[in-house]
Amino acid sequence: MRKLLFQGLTRSPLTEAAPTQAELAALARDLDRTAQARLGHSLSIREVDAGSCNGCELEIHALGNAFYDLERFGLRFVASPRHADVLLVTGPVTLNMREALVRTYDATPNPKWVVAAGTCALGDGVFADSYACEKGGVAAVLNVDLVIPGCPPTPIDLLKGLLALMERPAV
Amino acid sequence: MAVFAELSRQGKQMAAHRPCPRILVEEEAWRAAAAVLAEGKLTLLGLWGDGQAVHMALLEDGPDEDPGKFSSTRCETLVLTLACPLGSFPSVGAVHAPAIRLERAIRDLFALIPRGLPDERPWLDHGRWRLEHPLSSTPGERLKPAPVAYPFLPAEGEGLHQIPVGPVHAGIIEPGHFRFNASGETVVRLEERLGYTHKGIESLMAGASLETAACLAGRVSGDSTVAYSLAFAQAVEAALDLSVPPRAVYLRALMAELERLANHLGDIGAICNDAAFAMMLAQCGVLRERVLRAAHEVFGHRLMMDRILPGGVTVDLTPAGATRIRELLASIRAVFPALADLYDKTASLQDRTSGTGIVAPALACRFGAGGYIGRASGRSFDTRRHLAYPPYDTLAFEVPTFFEGDVNARIWVRIREAEQSLSLIEQSLDNLPRDNLARDDRLQVSVTDIGETREGLALVEGFRGDILVSVRIDAGGRIERCHLRDPSWFQWPLLEVAIEGNIVADFPLCNKSFNCSYSGPDM
Repeated sequence: MRKLLFQGLTRSPLTEAAPTQAELAALARDLDRTAQARLGHSLSIREVDAGSCNGCELEIHALGNAFYDLERFGLRFVASPRHADVLLVTGPVTLNMREALVRTYDATPNPKWVVAAGTCALGDGVFADSYACEKGGVAAVLNVDLVIPGCPPTPIDLLKGLLALMERPAV
Repeated sequence: MAVFAELSRQGKQMAAHRPCPRILVEEEAWRAAAAVLAEGKLTLLGLWGDGQAVHMALLEDGPDEDPGKFSSTRCETLVLTLACPLGSFPSVGAVHAPAIRLERAIRDLFALIPRGLPDERPWLDHGRWRLEHPLSSTPGERLKPAPVAYPFLPAEGEGLHQIPVGPVHAGIIEPGHFRFNASGETVVRLEERLGYTHKGIESLMAGASLETAACLAGRVSGDSTVAYSLAFAQAVEAALDLSVPPRAVYLRALMAELERLANHLGDIGAICNDAAFAMMLAQCGVLRERVLRAAHEVFGHRLMMDRILPGGVTVDLTPAGATRIRELLASIRAVFPALADLYDKTASLQDRTSGTGIVAPALACRFGAGGYIGRASGRSFDTRRHLAYPPYDTLAFEVPTFFEGDVNARIWVRIREAEQSLSLIEQSLDNLPRDNLARDDRLQVSVTDIGETREGLALVEGFRGDILVSVRIDAGGRIERCHLRDPSWFQWPLLEVAIEGNIVADFPLCNKSFNCSYSGPDM
């Protein structure tokens, strides 16, 4: 174990450069302009799987690895909606998960933002026409502040979207 | 194959089912099959509804003295069908517990009643869908969808308390409800309630084109997208009697092993992290990311979704891509042995994983638990070996098997399988055929309408275990019925047993070592 730890000290970090301001500006433009003022430069995120295939969860997990290192941006995943500023929702919103999603939202203190991640959450996925799913994805149930498309969205897509929440839109 | 021969004699073989026979039986033979399952002479591979009928897929080991050891490579499969004109059938779950949840799901979806089923609570249907019995021949509209009360199984005794967990969990994982009954720190009974991610996949499959259905199959459980796409493709190819171009066969194995490698690496790190050994998560997370990045560069998608279709594959491997994968293998081989060694030699970590969450070999056998769960408890079954499909019949690999059945054994199966996958990826690259067909035919043969109804069955080894897909294609080439059985159907119940007598704080560790799919069995 000592050898591995020592290597960690001597090798250069794997963590990549942050997305550029120009890349973020486009996403931030769609957002509530007060987000950054309210939240400062830190966000607590509660992830809610509203019936995804778990592909989105894999990529959200990847945000924590050494390459993306989400926490360097002041973004962190929290265990309880009581601690959250943002709900990151994936999946088509199955009817069996609808109430749990709404109750998670209700348990989140104001001010709060909802990010719908993945094609299913946007209401466009392959499950959209099912008897078991909400028509229209997350937006049919909650007010969605930001969408991050992709099947699944890549960690970079997710990172850009979440950073955009914290950035003032370019004027 | 004495048992299969006897069962086959009791019914009528249906035409157009490939590759194994499908036998239409009467209730007596259906009951006989259930009794043989209960005796442990056969393994239940699946049990599903189909209009006014039920099908049961069975596995028979070769002429081996010791059931479940699978020393023989000659396993066989058989499908039994029972027509249920009166809307009911004799319950298999009444004598063979692994069938219980499958039969509860059949009743929810098809309104077929398993007579004698010991657990009459709904499973997938929480009372919230817009339809009642959505896959029955006459689904009813549900006027007022509302949650129904769900009585959990009781635990009685002095000082017992309940801990309800979920469906929204603390981590970034899928939703499901766990109800613990605990005596102080010790778990007396765990009961799972699932179905939260039910998406109605099999209803969406009915009537779909092959392309749409393949897309759906690739999203049954995202972490196994390659394995599901492959299982669906193989079932269709069996039904339509298609031969896949040799190059595509090897590219499929290449993708399947990359998926297995990525998942095992992620799991090894995540299990150790649940024992508060974060360094392993960091190190394995880097390796997993390297696999996904290579997959993205070479095949155009990090999880390799929609790369396998009936008839072949949609992407070729360029010489540069092959080099990229060889570099990936080298980079993982340079680090992984040290990580396995670190796991092996960290006593504080071993203290958490050894002897924790034990699944007895007899139970793993009875439930036909596949993947690392079965193979950590002595059940060495692996479809790549025992129901071998190309190209695995020509590749050299071992099926690592352990007998302790604890968290530690489930980690070791993953470590050894990751090593096997590295070798299988290399062999796939070495043996990748360079055939002389026209470019369009090298990767995918076209699927043409066959002009009659056809049926196919396939079993494919995903990283979690064997995925079963049964498909019926109509004369116009559309899906009439498709059933996809996730390996976790037979693994989730064992988690309830594994945690019993362990402390509540070890549940995340046990759960992660199982890493069952929610989306897969919720369908």
